Amino acid sequence: MIIINGKEMALQWETLEDYILSQNYLLEHIAVERNEVIVPKAAYGQTKLLRGDRLEVVCFVGGG
Amino acid sequence: MEKTGSNRTNNQVLSTEDFLEIGGHRLQSRFILGSGKYSPNLIEAAVHQGGAEMVTVAVRRANTKDSENIMNYIPDGVILLPNTSGARDAREAVRIARLARELGCGDFIKIEIMKDSKYLLPDNAETVKATEVLAQEGFVVMPYMYPDLYIARDLVSAGAATIMPLAAPIGSNRGLVTGEFIQILVEEIDLPVIVDAGIGSPSQACEAMEMGCAAVMANTAIATAGHIATMASAFGKAIAAGRQAYLSGLGRVLQRGACASDPLTGFLYND
Repeated sequence: MIIINGKEMALQWETLEDYILSQNYLLEHIAVERNEVIVPKAAYGQTKLLRGDRLEVVCFVGGG
Repeated sequence: MEKTGSNRTNNQVLSTEDFLEIGGHRLQSRFILGSGKYSPNLIEAAVHQGGAEMVTVAVRRANTKDSENIMNYIPDGVILLPNTSGARDAREAVRIARLARELGCGDFIKIEIMKDSKYLLPDNAETVKATEVLAQEGFVVMPYMYPDLYIARDLVSAGAATIMPLAAPIGSNRGLVTGEFIQILVEEIDLPVIVDAGIGSPSQACEAMEMGCAAVMANTAIATAGHIATMASAFGKAIAAGRQAYLSGLGRVLQRGACASDPLTGFLYND
């Protein structure tokens, strides 16, 4: 299992890049935290996803 | 220098060089526009009609429909001011700020730390802690705060670039409820004082600028207006007018009585 944006999911991706590409995210519009540490975009390909990882994928939204 | 106070000169009034400098950027406009609670389709018109050069955004979990991403609606050249809304303490605010910077739109961050969702009041003590950490990490830190002089001084020491006192509770449109305390900050704090939260109408924004505030941030007043872009235009003009009035030096107020504006000689009935 892996927890992405608060939801438990089966771990079906090898790397962070695999996950991001599978979701059709536009890279320039997101930032990712893995276990509360930011993953730089250049490192998505080398970042292996492990059981129990907690990912946060965020973007800007309207706000004041 | 941003703060002019009583030693301002006519040269500054006449100068076209009046700008607000924050984090190495020179802003001609002193209107900071929020982007929450209205259609992103209207952001561009509001930015242009209001003349805003800085727009606030929030950071949230992403969904995968990129067509809805707010970045598709923010005009080029606008400075983004991400906030840390959702943070309940300094640690969470620092985390959100780092994510905001990773999103790649600069080093500006508006710290918002709230423990209470009824009044949405900022936690001043946690805000000082977050300011210290983020200023050390090179952020241009613009903390949202309850207008308290000692906290404002702590924010200066912690490395804030501006302070952003609230005028009234967020989203209330009630105006300068804390006006007298904001005035104390304007007099005592040697950083731009930007009124954030509670300003509901252009006249209130104008008054904040007449008091010597450096800028006004507004979101709900625009978002809940009948016509959003036109209200942004009204805010832009009111803020510019209030700035001009401040630089001109407001006329004095008589505590009692009157003072004729017309000559007191040469009346027709005089012999």
